[in-house]
Amino acid sequence: MAKQHVLSVLADNNAGVLLRVAGLFSRRGYSIESISAAQTEHPEISRITIVTTGDEYTLEQIDKQLSKLVDVREVKVLNSDNSVQRQHVLITAGNGEETRASLIEVANLFHANIVSVENDSLMLELTGKPRKIEAFIRLIQPFGIIKMTKSGLTALERE
Amino acid sequence: MGLIIAGFYLTMRWEKLQMKLTGAQIILECLLEQGVDTVFGYPGGSVLNLYDALYEYSGKIRHILTAHEQGAAHAADGYARSTGKTGVVIATSGPGATNLVTGIATAYMDSVPVVAITGNVAVAALGLDSFQEVDITGITMPITKHNFIVKDIAKLADTIRQAFYIANEGRPGPVLIDVPKDITAAVFEYERKEPVHPDNYCGNVTEEDIASAIELIQASEKPFVYTGGGVISSGASEAVKKFVDLIDAPVSSSLMGQGSFDNTDPRYMGMLGMHGTKTASLAITECDLFVGIGTRFSDRVICDIKSFAPNAKVLQIDIDPAEINKNIRVESQLIGDVRYVLDRLNQRLSQESHPEWMTKIGGWKAQYPLVMVEDYEEMVTPQYVIETLDELTKGEAVIATEVGQHQMWAAQFYNFKHPRQFVSSGGLGTMGYGLGASLGAQVGNPDKQVVNIAGDGSFHMNCNELVTLYKQKIPVVELLFNNNVLGMVRQWQRLFYGKRFSQTTLDRNTDYMKLAEAYHIKGLRITKKSEVRPALEEALSTGGPVLVECVIDKDINVLPMVPAGGAINQPIMEIEIDD
Repeated sequence: MAKQHVLSVLADNNAGVLLRVAGLFSRRGYSIESISAAQTEHPEISRITIVTTGDEYTLEQIDKQLSKLVDVREVKVLNSDNSVQRQHVLITAGNGEETRASLIEVANLFHANIVSVENDSLMLELTGKPRKIEAFIRLIQPFGIIKMTKSGLTALERE
Repeated sequence: MGLIIAGFYLTMRWEKLQMKLTGAQIILECLLEQGVDTVFGYPGGSVLNLYDALYEYSGKIRHILTAHEQGAAHAADGYARSTGKTGVVIATSGPGATNLVTGIATAYMDSVPVVAITGNVAVAALGLDSFQEVDITGITMPITKHNFIVKDIAKLADTIRQAFYIANEGRPGPVLIDVPKDITAAVFEYERKEPVHPDNYCGNVTEEDIASAIELIQASEKPFVYTGGGVISSGASEAVKKFVDLIDAPVSSSLMGQGSFDNTDPRYMGMLGMHGTKTASLAITECDLFVGIGTRFSDRVICDIKSFAPNAKVLQIDIDPAEINKNIRVESQLIGDVRYVLDRLNQRLSQESHPEWMTKIGGWKAQYPLVMVEDYEEMVTPQYVIETLDELTKGEAVIATEVGQHQMWAAQFYNFKHPRQFVSSGGLGTMGYGLGASLGAQVGNPDKQVVNIAGDGSFHMNCNELVTLYKQKIPVVELLFNNNVLGMVRQWQRLFYGKRFSQTTLDRNTDYMKLAEAYHIKGLRITKKSEVRPALEEALSTGGPVLVECVIDKDINVLPMVPAGGAINQPIMEIEIDD
């Protein structure tokens, strides 16, 4: 049965490594729901967190095919038990003076940061589990979302 | 005085060890480190430095100039397949590099170790759409095991060493190195290093894995063994022979596995798959254990997954873990070099015996021989020609092929005895592959008879390489079956497209004898059955390149045939020609 999976990939930070990983997904028809990549504590190594959907056989293939890439050092399948998973969102929202107080109330409820204030709108920032981010967006929606950016999921295995 | 001499000597030694060389010279020194003595290629603007260095290294490295970069890529591939060494091809930037693409993809699909070196524009000109600039690492990413662009001369030597290592480590494959022109011109210290060869004789196999595989084998009453190209890459033919004798099983090989098991061995049931023998098809349908060794279960073998080995448990032995559970679900797996795994299995196996099963299969083999077209009387049939070729060469020639009907006839009717005897594009199915590949195979095997079996469709794709045979004195016998049609596609059109022969009737009226003459190559023509033997005898004893045109009927089909996605136990055995 198709399910969402989170993969954490450690790879040599060589030019084109993200293209190799993304290219593998595209040519073998695996889905990428989100992808997030950055250097680790070692500048020569990157950690790439990928959210994908597929059945267990697809997941097995993705794991093995990724492991074959020369630049890839390690592939781990993460879940909410063995890892901490976080997403980050920036939202500019607001539809005037009257609703501003309620918008701030919602932001405070989620412990979101107000990072920029304009006459008619606020820019809010929140980091959390994907489900929390979704709930936050849903509650901000009535205030009028002017623009929004969401990061891909990042995750780290618990020791 | 003594000290001065010693100091001078040390300085000399130091200079000898740490030479300052150009990037181009470093590339060639690194090739020499790896034992490369032959490269295939074509010069151009971005590889001028490299070709200038080749001029000076001409005593150590033989460069075979082809007519087209594609031919050079196929030649490096044919060289690698037939010798087991790494094939090397060089091309310039832009179109030179893109002309390699089909050759690299061909090597990738069949897991052939090839190192391709391309030039590119200078580092500062990269990304500016400079003349003859192309992002060849981007283009070849999905068709190489790995690729590199070298932007720092300090990394050049190690990159080349790494490329050879990657090409040969585990499951082999092509690696491309793109070298901008200023890198081949720059000067840097070079220190010779001994090559590091990957130790592939290993595997990720526990004692429990071995025990469970042995359990499956001991429980089996009707085992069936299937060998693929991995047996050839790994050099596991002897281990396979020992294995099948121990477990007392019949053997079939894939197209890529031709030669991995002696075709004249009584255990051999012929090829398996779309154009496999009926015996092999019936045997896998009835077997209770299917052992796949060094094979990736291609769709051309499985055909319809539901009717493939329906009564069997599958045991897969392969070096690439990603091939397990990819195309077929397996009960048991042994991941590792197949020779290593089989050696370990063979030590633990006791002699099994399945006389009833073997007798039953022997009966099928007698009942369903490959179809020989008989009613053509004095006309030439390709089956007869290949059988005669097999007889005259005692089954010892290296046979290259193009892609199509002739390729299947070659696989069916030539009795391959040894690994690395059959050089054919299986995975990609590259028409135009064979001539380049055969010339590479001949360069790598100067003492062997090399024959390229072609059809007229494939021949016209890359027949320009006949000039390479002539110019480099490469004595390949080009055996061309001329039926004036794209026979394999025609066969499909006849069966599945209501005989609408769309764009497959060639009738180009090429005068092949004049063409051979124009290329200064001996030409022989066969139009009657009685001419087959004398013409082949003459071609094989010429000692130089020969083009043999063999005129055949356009409606001789490749049989048996399992339609794409069809049940493997119901192959088409006869196709009626009523038009």
